[in-house]
Amino acid sequence: MFTFRAVLFLCLAAALQAQTPALGRALTPEEVRKLDITVAPNGAGLPPGSGSVSAGGAIFAQKCQGCHGAQGAGKPQDQLTGGVGSLASGKAVKTPVSYWPSATTIFDYVRRAMPYTAPQSLTNDEVYAVTAYLLSIDGVVPKDAVLDAKTLPAVKMPNKDGFVRWWPAPPR
Amino acid sequence: MLRGGLFAAGIGVAQAADSIGADAPEWMKTPGRSFSGYGMPAKSQDKVQRTFTAGPGRPGTGVSRTPVHLLEGTITPNGLHFERHHNGIPDIDPARHELVIHGMVNRPLAFSVEALMRYPMETHVRFIECPGNSGGYIGPQPTQASAAAINGLISCSEWTGVRLSTLLQEAGVAPGAHWVIAEGDDAAAMSRSVPLEKCLDDAVIALYQNGEAIRPEQGFPMRLLLPGFEGNINVKWLRRLKVTAEPVNARDETSHYTELMPDGRARQFMFVQSVKSMILRPSFGMTMKGPGFYEVSGLAWSGAGRISKVEVSADGGRTWALAALSEPVLSKALTRFRLPWQWDGRPSVLMSRATDETGEVQPTRAAWLAQYAPGQFYHFNGIQSWGVEADGTVKNVYV
Repeated sequence: MFTFRAVLFLCLAAALQAQTPALGRALTPEEVRKLDITVAPNGAGLPPGSGSVSAGGAIFAQKCQGCHGAQGAGKPQDQLTGGVGSLASGKAVKTPVSYWPSATTIFDYVRRAMPYTAPQSLTNDEVYAVTAYLLSIDGVVPKDAVLDAKTLPAVKMPNKDGFVRWWPAPPR
Repeated sequence: MLRGGLFAAGIGVAQAADSIGADAPEWMKTPGRSFSGYGMPAKSQDKVQRTFTAGPGRPGTGVSRTPVHLLEGTITPNGLHFERHHNGIPDIDPARHELVIHGMVNRPLAFSVEALMRYPMETHVRFIECPGNSGGYIGPQPTQASAAAINGLISCSEWTGVRLSTLLQEAGVAPGAHWVIAEGDDAAAMSRSVPLEKCLDDAVIALYQNGEAIRPEQGFPMRLLLPGFEGNINVKWLRRLKVTAEPVNARDETSHYTELMPDGRARQFMFVQSVKSMILRPSFGMTMKGPGFYEVSGLAWSGAGRISKVEVSADGGRTWALAALSEPVLSKALTRFRLPWQWDGRPSVLMSRATDETGEVQPTRAAWLAQYAPGQFYHFNGIQSWGVEADGTVKNVYV
């Protein structure tokens, strides 16, 4: 009896080693498309739509300024603009505009997490517009800019080359 | 003989004096309370609490800190694990939660909680430390606050879950993939880029914390557990893993958890929490009760592996003694160290210096600061010091 059980257990062990449970449900491309809100620095994942600086200014005044101040100058919450050129000064002002290397990060973050009290409520056009507005304050994009899936990843951020990857090891 | 005499003396006094209850505490003289469904700490322990400050208008954003100086051993009770949330704790229905794996894979898959519960599981004791922990040490003057206020963004649990590599193998990772973008199911949809190499190594989808279902504050129904990596990347309420060729430069890996160097460039993807230690007894807020014997007790850890030794100094770093490490010393887990100390009552400066199995030693505070531009505070792991004054008070000091 015990011998039989031992043999059975070994057979099961061998089977487990040979295969894993495979209990995942296969996803359709349509399901993946709805779930995938990641926007990459090269623009992969950006949705259709567009937004202008002027449209973004109106949305910002209505939905963002209460926390982030006029023109994103900050207070009571994070400062979003300014600080360009300050990073090596010893008094760095890190803002999305002065510090973040990819313009797409603003779109990605605003779309998933902002406004704080109503995340994921902005339309794609509104997110493009708010991104354009923020980038226009310090002249990263012109005042008449319209951002979309093609123009947003082409925006050259002031600190585009400012990050040094410490993984898998510090550079030599 | 003596006993007989006692009996004789007792006679004539009230009968009650005969019962042993006369000198017994009241809790021995009445039946104790009944059972409870979920036990709570003793009433006298009501001061052992997480401390937190939520921002105005942002009740769910910020941190709560583990009261490290009020605990012993190495395991953090689940209700005292430190918290860092970006827009509150979501109230997730586990029946509607799925973990999705997609991107550069052959078979995009969704795993229900029920399905994951059927997978082979593994159990490991691991610390999680916020990379902002101990950031106050960059201040020009030492912060006069408890060890918890300074160092309380670290906790350690026994985590149980499914090895992530098993799920990735089932999905079939495509050639050219190097990163995995992890995303949470919270109102911030917190997102981070994780090296694929780590996901195929010791990463776990954690479902249990110290034997019970993972707490909502820690990611119920599941969190990503990346042993030794900075806390933020251990994404809670994990809902999605997108396999990619490149990192995404998520907000929390650019705006946060990156450090400017003096030349204005920033270090990015400093994932591994470097070797570190802290003395908790004695520490700020405690008062020495005169000269005599004390046990110095604290915690050490390294995201690179096991702690190999902890040295303790009582003279501001002039001489060091080896502390005892409480077994078992586990990889990427908190290690308790202890050292007997005969305090002579004179002003002393206590310091601890940990070394891990890779040979990495804690730097001095000055050496740590020299790496970065002013104001950078993430990933501080410099040597810490407590000054013990002649009157027994304990203060935070810089050496």
